[in-house]
Amino acid sequence: MPVMDYIDAIRLAMKEEMERDEDVFVLGEDVGVKGGVFTTTKGLHEQFGEYRAMDTPLAESAIAGVAIGAAMYGMKPIAEMQYSDFMFPATNQIISEAAKIRYRSNNDWTCPIVIRAPIGGGIFGGLYHSQCPESVFFGTPGLKIVAPYRPYDAKGLLKAAVRDADPVIYFENKKCYKLINGEVPEDDYIVPIGKANVLREGDDITVIGYSMPLRFVEQAAEELQQEGISAHILDLRTLQPLDKEAILEAVRKTGKVLIIHEDNKTGGVGAEVSAIIAEELLYELDAPIMRLCGPDVPAMPINPPGEKFFLLNKDKVKEAMRQLALY
Amino acid sequence: MTGTSSASQKVRHLELGLSDEQAIDMYTMMVKARKFDERMLLLQRAGKINFHVSGIGQEVAQVAAAFALDREQDYFLPYYRDYGFVLSVGMTFKELLLSVFAKAEDPNSGGRQMPGHFGHKKLRIVTGSSPVTTQVPHAVGIALAAKMKKKPFVSFVTFGEGSSNQGDFHEGCNFAGVHKLPVILMCENNQYAISVPVHKQLAGKVADRAIGYGFPGVQVDGNDALEVFRIVKEARDRAVAGEGPTLIEAMMYRLSPHSTSDNDLAYRTKEEVDEHRAKDGIPRFKQYLIDCGIWSEELEANLHASIKKELDEATEYGDKAPFPTPESTMWHVYENDAAGQGGNR
Repeated sequence: MPVMDYIDAIRLAMKEEMERDEDVFVLGEDVGVKGGVFTTTKGLHEQFGEYRAMDTPLAESAIAGVAIGAAMYGMKPIAEMQYSDFMFPATNQIISEAAKIRYRSNNDWTCPIVIRAPIGGGIFGGLYHSQCPESVFFGTPGLKIVAPYRPYDAKGLLKAAVRDADPVIYFENKKCYKLINGEVPEDDYIVPIGKANVLREGDDITVIGYSMPLRFVEQAAEELQQEGISAHILDLRTLQPLDKEAILEAVRKTGKVLIIHEDNKTGGVGAEVSAIIAEELLYELDAPIMRLCGPDVPAMPINPPGEKFFLLNKDKVKEAMRQLALY
Repeated sequence: MTGTSSASQKVRHLELGLSDEQAIDMYTMMVKARKFDERMLLLQRAGKINFHVSGIGQEVAQVAAAFALDREQDYFLPYYRDYGFVLSVGMTFKELLLSVFAKAEDPNSGGRQMPGHFGHKKLRIVTGSSPVTTQVPHAVGIALAAKMKKKPFVSFVTFGEGSSNQGDFHEGCNFAGVHKLPVILMCENNQYAISVPVHKQLAGKVADRAIGYGFPGVQVDGNDALEVFRIVKEARDRAVAGEGPTLIEAMMYRLSPHSTSDNDLAYRTKEEVDEHRAKDGIPRFKQYLIDCGIWSEELEANLHASIKKELDEATEYGDKAPFPTPESTMWHVYENDAAGQGGNR
């Protein structure tokens, strides 16, 4: 099975879906001739032409809104937000329109769009090229939200998103693009939306997370194994709808849970995961639910000490995991 | 029929390609929209319904535009005052009343949305929301699909002059201009955004904004049915010929308050309203038809009687139709939602 970078898996998913279905097209700023500022759409313009790898005017609400219109007609647009930080002008189109089209028309109209948006810091992007805006969209019924960590899931979830009959936000982590690689089948497969995945089996503590921070969790788990601490790791993969069963099963396994994400702590996805666990499993826990997340500041600074302070890393994660194990 | 217009001197509608029958159909739709609106105001005042947003004073342009489109294949993105428009593209009184009473059978939203939030896929009326002008980029997206799929339809979208200040208007226009998309944008400039008059909304003309987006923008007297018809038809011809979008600013006046919750005399005078009532395009079009020899007071009386009967029946039907079940609130959040599951899956 070929090994490829996370970004190549995303590109391959788009290419395969565009070859499979001529109604699939990608639109956004710089996605055409340039192939995207990160090269995510490189080669699509050459293969599929200027309309199916479409450079749009610099206006995010139109990128989302035009995609929504095309989707209501029956097309399958993939709208790219260059950075998730620039997605907020499109929020009204995403929350007031895309998320509500099926519901408000009583199942008459549908909106099968995919909105791809790079999240995450660690690239010296400062406040506005580093954010994790999951919590802004999380909790909006009508939207599905995925956030892959492994290249295998990056490809399979994007293909599932394109084929989904409802709007899907696809949060890809820009730090993962070249850093995370792994085996990706060249054949056609999907990763079902709404299903979490156990990354590592363990007995002492459970760690639940998604996207880039899972790399630190995996590294820390490897090292903690030497200390005799065995970690069970669950990759949520889909943030909405959350895979409740998988969450509860993973927590039941160890009775101790740490929830990790880069988005800030207050009101984040981890808060909902905590609540689900507390509602269902409180008396089966051997330790208080623990969260390790980005700090509650508006966004991360560009100066290196500030960025380092904001971001999670292997050591911070390892320490939190150890604390939980020792509780 | 009291005569045929071909014998008359005034045959403007024939010149524009409208038969006598079509001209009369247009007039019928205008009167239907007006009578519908008046009935809704009455139902609201009688306490039968909670709320109504009126389109009185705007029917002429709405109906004329609809008749200039291809009602078999074009896509329509009306805004919340467009009763005349949706009636003209095939929505029935019964369907409107089901929406007004928020009943399960309402094709617009199954009784979920406020009245005036149209949507009807079979008629290609695209579902809309309340935050204004979000429908403009949608119309552009549908026009983009027409271009990509090489289909000969256009999308037609309406909005108010206040709405034309929203970013989505500008972003949508610009996108459509860049790609020369087959979309017609019609601003129904009714002079008020709720209470704020046009001179506090706009420093220039809405139509002129098209210049900045590289396509034609035209102002038209929204009370002149045949002129609106001509302009929209021309815009459609341009669109299907691949010549791109057109922005039309139809000048009109909102004769009613913004909604049944609004007291318009708090911000405008009765004299001003009366002055505009005298310019109402419906009696003007009626006189035109009479002058053409194809309409009469007798036909007018018959029309009113048949509309009243149809409205009575539709009102009774809507009033008696069942509400959605409480549990159905959970339906259709996502595809294949089982009853009662909704967003909890």
